[in-house]
Amino acid sequence: MKVEWEGKNYEFEKPMQVSRLLEELSLSREAHLVVANSKLVTEDHKLGIDDDIRVIRVISGG
Amino acid sequence: MKCRVCGQPASINLRSYKTALCDSDFIAFFEKRVATTIKKYRLIAEGDVPIVAVSGGKDSLSLWHLMNKLGIPCDGIYIDLGIEGYSDKSLDKIKKVAETLKRKVYVFPIGSVFDRGIDGLAKAIRRVPCSACGMIKRYMMNRICMDKGYNVLVTGHNLDDEASALFGNILYWKKEYLWKKDIALEAKEGHLSRKVKPFFLCSEREAAAYAIMSGIDYVYEECPFSMGAKSLTYKGMLNKLEEKSPGTKLMFLKGYLRALKERTKNEIDLQEETRETKYCVNCGYPSYTEKCTFCWTLEKFGLHCNIIFDEYC
Ligand code: SF4
Ligand SMILES: [Zn+2]
Ligand SMILES: [Zn+2]
Repeated sequence: MKVEWEGKNYEFEKPMQVSRLLEELSLSREAHLVVANSKLVTEDHKLGIDDDIRVIRVISGG
Repeated sequence: MKCRVCGQPASINLRSYKTALCDSDFIAFFEKRVATTIKKYRLIAEGDVPIVAVSGGKDSLSLWHLMNKLGIPCDGIYIDLGIEGYSDKSLDKIKKVAETLKRKVYVFPIGSVFDRGIDGLAKAIRRVPCSACGMIKRYMMNRICMDKGYNVLVTGHNLDDEASALFGNILYWKKEYLWKKDIALEAKEGHLSRKVKPFFLCSEREAAAYAIMSGIDYVYEECPFSMGAKSLTYKGMLNKLEEKSPGTKLMFLKGYLRALKERTKNEIDLQEETRETKYCVNCGYPSYTEKCTFCWTLEKFGLHCNIIFDEYC
């Protein structure tokens, strides 16, 4: 499972739920959205091993 | 998780609304909420000519897209800070949205007007970049309204921006700012445009989701000067509370708006009310002194500013 987060790529061996992925990366679910294969998914969505995943930070400064 | 409306797989869980929605139902839900806010707080009236302040980020581009979709035609205004690798990228995305919306966008290019970017300009007027930036943005966004005939400036400030700023004001008891914040700020005819914030009650997460679902290509990168901003710490703390008790941020702001309406004026307000409104002798901008901060600063540091807005579309 390929995960893109802040311009870096991470590899995860096992399929997992979105909420688990955010925990693994220590990210707040209020401040992040997860896109799997170009579609937004909810926290209980199960990410598959072949999915293309992007984590998006929604909080901006300024 | 299934969409509350149609039963298809949901793409966003909105815990503060105890609902989950798919793309198209979320888009409809979000647009309806913004439309309701505009109506309830009378943000835009018939005959108004609004303009949206755009930065290239998710909030302002979503807002620009949404306003036009709601049938409120809006042009845009962008202050190009002249930051390499950031401002030009933002402008590209803005121009693309302008093209899709078939609306005009005005650009105030700090780099070419002052012969230096915002950091160089800030040094020249002995301020930190964010303070210089704030002053110029406030001034130029009002100026575009006055010069080009727009009467409402619409900004993309969202629930998280407002809640974190309010939190900061309360934390340090900044009494002079505390009750100044509002979803709409009134105009001074011929001098100051009305200012409204249709996303006041929409979270940053919702605005980002709306941008993604609507296929709006926004700049993901942040202004390099926002690094370490206090507001980010406050937002993080408020989001921790939100995770434990969904809806906290919304209650905080709605409660504030109610309290603002009900409160009796304090000494500071009364003092300000009796103080006569004066205007800059140079440019007409509201000012308690003879010249406004903008004119005064330029003069003091020997800078010249030819106010020309580039226009696209
Ligand atoms: S972070 Fe950047 S855009 Fe925001 S106020 Fe500072 S200089 Fe301006
Ligand atoms: Zn649905
Ligand atoms: Zn002036």
